[in-house]
Amino acid sequence: MLFEYVLRLGDSPLVLAQQLGGLIAQAPTMEEDVALANVSLDLLGQARALLSFAGELEGRGRDENDLAYFRESHAFHNLLLVEQPNGDFAQTQLRQFLYDAFAIELWTQLQRSSDATLAAVAGKAVKETAYHVRRSADWVIRLGDGTEESARRLHAALANLWMFTGELFLTDAVDDAMAEQGVAPLASRLEPAWRTRVESVFTDARLDVPETAWPQRGGKLGRHTEHLGHLLAEMQVLPRTHPGARW
Amino acid sequence: MNGSPLWEVFVRSRNGLAHSHVGSLHAPDATMALHNARDVYTRRGEGTSIWVVRSSDIHASNPDEKDALFEPALDKAFRQATYFELPDEVKNL
Repeated sequence: MLFEYVLRLGDSPLVLAQQLGGLIAQAPTMEEDVALANVSLDLLGQARALLSFAGELEGRGRDENDLAYFRESHAFHNLLLVEQPNGDFAQTQLRQFLYDAFAIELWTQLQRSSDATLAAVAGKAVKETAYHVRRSADWVIRLGDGTEESARRLHAALANLWMFTGELFLTDAVDDAMAEQGVAPLASRLEPAWRTRVESVFTDARLDVPETAWPQRGGKLGRHTEHLGHLLAEMQVLPRTHPGARW
Repeated sequence: MNGSPLWEVFVRSRNGLAHSHVGSLHAPDATMALHNARDVYTRRGEGTSIWVVRSSDIHASNPDEKDALFEPALDKAFRQATYFELPDEVKNL
C-alpha cells in the first residue's frame, strides 16, 4: 500500500514537470523561461526520488525510468489538476498556484512522516515548494489585478480548473492506512490551510472563490482525462522507441 | 516584459563579503526583479543574498574622462603594498 501511496506522491510532480518542460523556449520572456524550467527541474527531482523509492518498495526490479516511461496512463496516479493543459500563461500559473498551495501543506506535514525516506524527500521539497508558491501566487495576483485582458484570461482559467481541486482532498483506503501508520497526513486535513491561502491570494487577485461544483475525481485511481495520454505519448516516445538509450 | 525597466543584479557569493554585479534583466517591479534574479543568476548555488537596482538609478562616470580620472594613479607605485620591501623580521602582514 505504501508503494501505491508513493506512486501517487511521485506521479503528480512528474506530470507537472513534463507540462512545464513543454514551455521551454515558449515563455513570454527569457526570465520567465528560465524560471519555469527551474520549477520544472525541482518537480522532476522530487518525482525521481519518489519513483526510485517506489521501485524499491515494489521489489520487482523496476527503477525510476521503468516507472516513468513504461507505465500506461491507467497506471499513473497523478492528480487530474496537473494533467490539465498548459493553456495560456494564466492557466499555466493558476494551475501551478492551486497545486503549489496544496503541495506546500503536504510536504510540510510529510516532514514528520514515520517513514524516513519520505520525511527526507519532504524536507527538500518543502523549501523548493515555498519558492514555487511565492512565485505562482505572485503571478495570479498580477494577472487578476492587472489589465482587463489578463483578468479575463485568469477568470477563464479558473472556470477550467476549479472542478479539479476537489480531488486534492479526497481520501480512500490507501490514504486512511497511511494516516493510521503515521506515514502521511490525511489529505482532507490539508484543505483548511489550502483554502485560507487560496482565498487570501484570490482576494488580492480580485477573484471570487467559485462554488464547489461536483468535483472531478479519479486521477489517484488511474482514471484520467484525455490529456494525460497525449502527454505520456510525448514523454515516453523516446525510451520506448530506443529502449535503454543513453546520452 | 519587453517594455519593462532594466535592473542590475548584484549577488553576494557564498564566501564573498560584498555583493558583486552579475548582470541585468527586465522586470516590471522590484519583487519580480528579485524573483527573476534568483532564477537567472543563482541557479548553480552562487549566492546567499541578492540586490537589484534600477539601471536608470545608476550614475556612471564618463568613459571620455577616463584619462583625467584614472591615469594620475598609475605612476604612484608607492600606493601599492608591493612597493614596500618587507623586513625579514616581519612574518605576517
